Amino acid sequence: MNLWPLLAIAVLVVGFAARLNPLIVILVTTFVAGTAAGIAPLRVLGALGHAYNSTRYVSLIWLILPVIGLLEHEGLRERARTLIGRLHAATAGRIILTYLGLRQLTAALGLSSLGGPAQMVRPIVAPMAEGAAESRFGALSERMRHLVRAYAASADNVGAFFGEDIFIAVSSILLIKGFLAQSGYHIAPFRLSVWAIPTALLAFSIHGVRLWRLDAKLARLARGGSAP
Amino acid sequence: MIDLHDVYVLAGAMFAAFALFSVRDRSNPRRLGNGAFWALLALSFLFGSNIGDVANGVLVVALIILGGTGALGRGTAERSTSEERSRRAARRGNALFVPALLIPLIAVVGTFTLGRIKLGGMPLADPREVTLIALALGIVAALLVALWQAKAPPQAALDEGRRLADMIGWALILPQLLAALGAVFALAGVGTAVGHVATTWLPLGRPFAAVLAYCVGMALFTMVMGNAFAAFPVMTAAIGVPLIVQRFGGDPAIMGAIGMLSGFCGTLVTPMAANFNIVPAVLLELPDRNAVIKVQIPTALALLAGNVVLMSVLVFRF
Repeated sequence: MNLWPLLAIAVLVVGFAARLNPLIVILVTTFVAGTAAGIAPLRVLGALGHAYNSTRYVSLIWLILPVIGLLEHEGLRERARTLIGRLHAATAGRIILTYLGLRQLTAALGLSSLGGPAQMVRPIVAPMAEGAAESRFGALSERMRHLVRAYAASADNVGAFFGEDIFIAVSSILLIKGFLAQSGYHIAPFRLSVWAIPTALLAFSIHGVRLWRLDAKLARLARGGSAP
Repeated sequence: MIDLHDVYVLAGAMFAAFALFSVRDRSNPRRLGNGAFWALLALSFLFGSNIGDVANGVLVVALIILGGTGALGRGTAERSTSEERSRRAARRGNALFVPALLIPLIAVVGTFTLGRIKLGGMPLADPREVTLIALALGIVAALLVALWQAKAPPQAALDEGRRLADMIGWALILPQLLAALGAVFALAGVGTAVGHVATTWLPLGRPFAAVLAYCVGMALFTMVMGNAFAAFPVMTAAIGVPLIVQRFGGDPAIMGAIGMLSGFCGTLVTPMAANFNIVPAVLLELPDRNAVIKVQIPTALALLAGNVVLMSVLVFRF
């Protein structure tokens, strides 16, 4: 058993921990992994090129930039902010909590593409949460603003990850089904989605409680205290 | 038939326009670097399938060197102030949300219908790629509506998009590059080596120990690979199937479902999952690249512990 490829993991972890530029870390890691496995450098270069070219679909989301840029130029984020500022019951924590619930529910119905950081969080959810915090605390400190934004992004992730597996046709369910079938266990996708429900409920409770407490945390920061 | 290649051509054209607008942005001291970076991306989308693996490899290395050595900059010219935008927003009202919400709407409807619409016996869109094609169609439709509403020329949208792209900078290729690294890892046998180490060095004599090692292993391995899909086959072949299912008689469906979700806990805390963790931080203009990860750590840890408990309670019972 050749254990040398594990060296690549060490390089990756050290590189990220040392906060070197991730692109450079990835390049070095690629060649360390290839060399450790006894693959010639030119073949590693070819493998990297091949893999990069066949994963271009990952970058297609950036097609959204011109339309989001134009809408932001027209005041989309300002509009989201004012709209929420008028609702007195709205707080940053409650808005993000509502988004978490909606995101998880829609992902469970197979509608994962309804959300996303470029589509929903930056143009709509984060400005709404910031607007609510502003109408409650006045001008936000940098620290408060950044905290609200980070939580908005986290709700998008938690909701999507722990909602989508309840939908039977999602790729992770199909991967589990396919892999277990290769090992001789034939399982209906429906059973897999049912057993994703306990974790989904737990994820909503845990992140929900933290979002519920976000408003208190912001209030502490607004009074000049420090948040734990 | 619309297939993925058509969408790649669209993306290539967009990045070519970004390159052009970048070079013309005199407020950016490194405009040539930005221009070269976006031009290489355009090249990749337009001709990546024609130039062969090694040329693609050289292209990737060139992108990495440009992005990794600080050759990219940002223009300072702000096209509009917050007051101007607020005034425009007040005039336009909630109609502004229409294009933004049109994108997910068309993406979802298209995902479920595009593959079934046939023109002269041929499906309108490649049925295997409907999600991405529907997303692209949604974006194009939203752009047309937004341009019509704003009475703006297409160049205005491209230039605004280019400004956002310059803001994201090299992080824009990070998710794709990490996906490519995963493929190289698989080729080099990194996953097999991890599975070997996990099974030879860990004491897994009791059912709970096997469940603990499997769930935590899924999370850790996902952190390294940046994606639970890469971790699942390795950990399940090494620990899940032989120990939890075969030796201790656990239920494979419960093991698989909760095992994958344990991996997702790892996704929440790793910079390797750049599209979920780093890209949002950049998009939201957070100075700390790891700010999103930091707020996700407590949730991920609590949820991983919860998954271990859930699996050990449920997997041997059903």
